[in-house]
Amino acid sequence: MNSRIRAIVPAAGLVLLAAVPLAAALLDQPFYLDLVRRIMIFAIAALSLNLILGYGGMISFGHAAYLGVGAYAVGVLAHYGINDGYLQWALAIGASALVALAIGAISIRTSGVYFIMITLAFTQMLYYLGISIEEYGGDDGMRLQVKSQFPGLIDLNDANAFYYLVLAILVLALFLGQRLVDSRFGMVIRAAKSNEVRTRSIGFSPYPYRLAAFVIAGAVCGLAGALLVNHTAYLTPEFMNWTRSGELMFMVILGGMESIAGPVLGAFALLLLEDALSGWTQHWQLVLGPLLVLSVLFLKRGLAGLVFAKNE
Amino acid sequence: MNRTLLEVRGLRKSFGALLASDDVDLEVLEGETHAIIGPNGAGKTTLISQLAGNLFPDRGRVLFAGEDITALSAPARARRGFARSFQITSIYPDFTALENVMLAVQAHSGSSFRFWRPAREEPSLRSAASAILEEVGLGGRSGVLAANLAHGEQRALEIATALATRPRLLLLDEPVAGMGVEETQRMIALLSFLKGGKTLILVEHDMDAVFSLADRISVLVYGRIIATGAPEEIRANPEVRRAYLGEEVAA
Repeated sequence: MNSRIRAIVPAAGLVLLAAVPLAAALLDQPFYLDLVRRIMIFAIAALSLNLILGYGGMISFGHAAYLGVGAYAVGVLAHYGINDGYLQWALAIGASALVALAIGAISIRTSGVYFIMITLAFTQMLYYLGISIEEYGGDDGMRLQVKSQFPGLIDLNDANAFYYLVLAILVLALFLGQRLVDSRFGMVIRAAKSNEVRTRSIGFSPYPYRLAAFVIAGAVCGLAGALLVNHTAYLTPEFMNWTRSGELMFMVILGGMESIAGPVLGAFALLLLEDALSGWTQHWQLVLGPLLVLSVLFLKRGLAGLVFAKNE
Repeated sequence: MNRTLLEVRGLRKSFGALLASDDVDLEVLEGETHAIIGPNGAGKTTLISQLAGNLFPDRGRVLFAGEDITALSAPARARRGFARSFQITSIYPDFTALENVMLAVQAHSGSSFRFWRPAREEPSLRSAASAILEEVGLGGRSGVLAANLAHGEQRALEIATALATRPRLLLLDEPVAGMGVEETQRMIALLSFLKGGKTLILVEHDMDAVFSLADRISVLVYGRIIATGAPEEIRANPEVRRAYLGEEVAA
């Protein structure tokens, strides 16, 4: 029974997501297509954060940095007239990985509250860097005049095609993420989170494994950044604001840290709630805040704990 | 005559004014079970933390199989065959018993920078881990979450984890601490089974366990080793009796 539920829930979710463009067209509500596409992009970012936060125990309070680096990689190339999508997205992933390598190499030497503060500090540095560069619009940001070009493959101006691309990347990220956390590598980072002293005593130095996980998470989030800037067709340092990092953390914690799909649930819950509440009242954060507090208090394993049965 | 596996020379460690290890010399022979005993606060935990690389000495050297390992980290020592258990049980509570041991096997069989294949599906890891669980008497409990095991079972699991690293030397920090009579007997039986095949360092308060298992005993008092010898010698040593054993042995 449990295993059947575990198989049905993701399948049903996939069917629902795949049906969104059709439903939006039938209801003549293109807004929903836009909303769900945006949520899925954040789901990819939250999923990448969960690799290090949930599985690795590294409480990064600066994950929005990679969203920003990915977005700027695309935006800056486009600014200079380079619209080739392959090049833009490769740069988005590569630059995010490099930034994650630099930030991780230093941050992972610390732990606890120092790790939280140092990841936050690095991201704030990037945020102010974004604000200070007038060439790229400073704190106003800049428009992405032309979306990433993938001639012969896909046209991102086609809303449905772009939607399905994001969905495909989300599914791929879920699949690869599950492989990763179950692999030898994944076991080591989970072990180092569970009991660092024991892990060292059986012969693992956690540092290189944690750093590699940090870089992978940064690279995946960089791809989400490339998607996000194409989605909004606009680039601003706000992508890297610390509140954005906090939202990503909330998606992970709300959704459930012990499951690969948890942050996806978290992203949908948080952003749908935000959308519904903000349509209802201007003071929607007053409602959202207590709901989040309650969920943290009473949903120990997050939304994923409600949806999926526990393994053992 | 057996070769020396672990050699400690002039080890010194102080915390402020407290001299926790005071020029400790110690020699552990290949294949022997060497107990380290001493009253509370004698510096046993400080000493073995320096042996395992969880703490570094101010002065002195630690040689393992002829190699100077004084400056090596705990993982580096573990990779050379130095395994340990902790006074307070150190396991992965949210992993199953089998996963706990598989991870230790994994640490000593090839690279762990592998990202694709699920580790739990590697037959070589599974079979090695299962065999070790069987050996320590946890064969029937492999699928149980470590957090849900009884205290004695968790202690045995920790020893299984240490064994899974295929150590040359196994350092056991109070393996029967906090156990009931029956659990203690079971643990002593397990350690007798391991004894001889492995080099063991046993730090223990339980004198039954020490005198029934140890080939040699070193007595640590105020950070100094005041005597090393066979159990009968230690029993008979007046200095030891005065400093530590007291009425417990006389009785």
